[in-house]
Amino acid sequence: MSRRVEIKVKRSIAYYKVKKVLVKAVIYGTLTAFTLPIVIMYAWLFMQSVSEKVLLGFIPSNFTIKGWRFLWQSIKFGEVILPPIWPIVLNSLIIAGGVTIIEISIALLAGYALSRLNVPYREPLLLLIIALHAFPGITLLIAIFYLLNSLGLINTLLSVIIAKAALEIPMGTWLIKGFFDAVPWDIEAAALVDGCSRLKAWYKVVLPIVKPGIAAIAIFAFLAGWNEFIFAFTFILDHRLYPLSVHVYQLIGEFRYIDYTLLAATALFYCIPPLVFFVITQKAFMKVALVGVRGA
Amino acid sequence: MRLGGSKTRLFLMTSIFLGPCILIIALFWISPVFSTVFLSFTDMSLRRPEWHFVGLRNYEYIGKHPFITKVAINTAIYVSATLAWNVLVGLFLSLLSFYVDDRSSLLFRALWLLPRASPPVVYGLLWLWVLDSSEYGLLNQLIMPITKKPIPWLVDYAMPAIIIINGFIGASFSLIVFSSALKAIPPDYIMAARVDGASELRIIKDIILPLMKWPILFVTAWQTLSLLASYEYILIVTDGGPFYDTEVWSLFAYHQAFKHLELGFGAALAMVLVIVALIIVLIQMKVFKFRRMITPVKIEHT
Repeated sequence: MSRRVEIKVKRSIAYYKVKKVLVKAVIYGTLTAFTLPIVIMYAWLFMQSVSEKVLLGFIPSNFTIKGWRFLWQSIKFGEVILPPIWPIVLNSLIIAGGVTIIEISIALLAGYALSRLNVPYREPLLLLIIALHAFPGITLLIAIFYLLNSLGLINTLLSVIIAKAALEIPMGTWLIKGFFDAVPWDIEAAALVDGCSRLKAWYKVVLPIVKPGIAAIAIFAFLAGWNEFIFAFTFILDHRLYPLSVHVYQLIGEFRYIDYTLLAATALFYCIPPLVFFVITQKAFMKVALVGVRGA
Repeated sequence: MRLGGSKTRLFLMTSIFLGPCILIIALFWISPVFSTVFLSFTDMSLRRPEWHFVGLRNYEYIGKHPFITKVAINTAIYVSATLAWNVLVGLFLSLLSFYVDDRSSLLFRALWLLPRASPPVVYGLLWLWVLDSSEYGLLNQLIMPITKKPIPWLVDYAMPAIIIINGFIGASFSLIVFSSALKAIPPDYIMAARVDGASELRIIKDIILPLMKWPILFVTAWQTLSLLASYEYILIVTDGGPFYDTEVWSLFAYHQAFKHLELGFGAALAMVLVIVALIIVLIQMKVFKFRRMITPVKIEHT
């Protein structure tokens, strides 16, 4: 082999490597550029939360951790005393967790039926489910209040959980149906031939393959429960059952022009649980076991 | 394939799988939806909460309202522009993050989730600071060296601002759905194409995008409806102003119902929106060939 060929091969390998690095750089650069506004806004919010004065620029003036004092003490302002934060966080977690569990269970069942079972009226059912979403939630508020009242659920966390889950289930069902569609039929058929019942095949064979879809529904369900304000504000009368969203609303009502530092800190704190939930579920569900997908 | 199964078994299976969903939908949707429809034919207001039917009068009044054309045009611009941004940016970013390592990809997706995970009022306040018309607004601080004077963004560019503000929330929805859909594609398909020497662009066009048809249809249809019905962030940032420049249909309905307390008229406005929304979604279904996406059932075993 001549030296010339060797050099040529080396050059093309080098060229290939440079190209690969360049493509990577462009991809990371584009992602960063699009994400920059978000990073800047939330960095500023953090600066505000540790700065005594209202921030006009970017550098915090008079560093303080007073904004975060709600974590260890009740906030007082004149006559008003806001309740301690941790029971409120617990209420929010119960609502978000409840909505997530109910929505995922029902949507996984219904989505599978609409994708895989010979259910009569599949198409009209799917259209009906999406049509419901056209009704703005706020127009349904009064009627749902009457319904929950007659079920004796008013003033419980359960009222918010059920109502919110009911409004979110159409989305979960539609979304997960697409993931069931993508599961190769052979895998399920093989399980059935091996003697699985349809329920068992759904649970043991199909569900592990649609895990990324479950991750998507899970975070939207959690966020729907976590962010729910108007239902909690309307259906819950006992202040001890208020979730964090209502707490933030009250905070803004009382302190908006008085304690920007406290508001910024509380707002950042508010974002943390959903983000933690997101990272955990993404890590757990975004990897599909490859076993079984082969031969699709 | 047919592995046996009877009508009774199918009925049983359908009830197990579909029963809970239909039950909860019937309970929580049907009566609220009907009461909204009835409400739109009454002149109920919070001052006089009675079911007094007035026929089509609310609907006739919608047509006569002096600002209704402007509101309709605003809604069309707001919904189509935000929808395009949400779907395209979400798709673009999810494809890009599909090609970076898992950790960075998760970091980008988590950052994009921040606006959706914040209290809406705080997200609104953040944008009010970015777009502040004084020289202390962030955007004005950035452009002042060039323009020499601050720009009142929320007056001069109110609609584009509203579209961007909603876009940073909406795009995270499609970003998360599309990322999940990408992860659910059997890696064999992509490996095989790579072994055959296909370029990445060809792989995206011929393998990935066709497999993402359902998620794309879902996000498009769903976000059309969400955007038509959404007014929360507009309410917080501009409240429809200046001079009706960002007053969209659902915000208009909200103002009529809860500011002017005309529940009947508000419900009629909501009904018009619902009907328009359904027509648009049906058209989208036709374009996406929805019927062909309902795959025939290949296993009848129950």
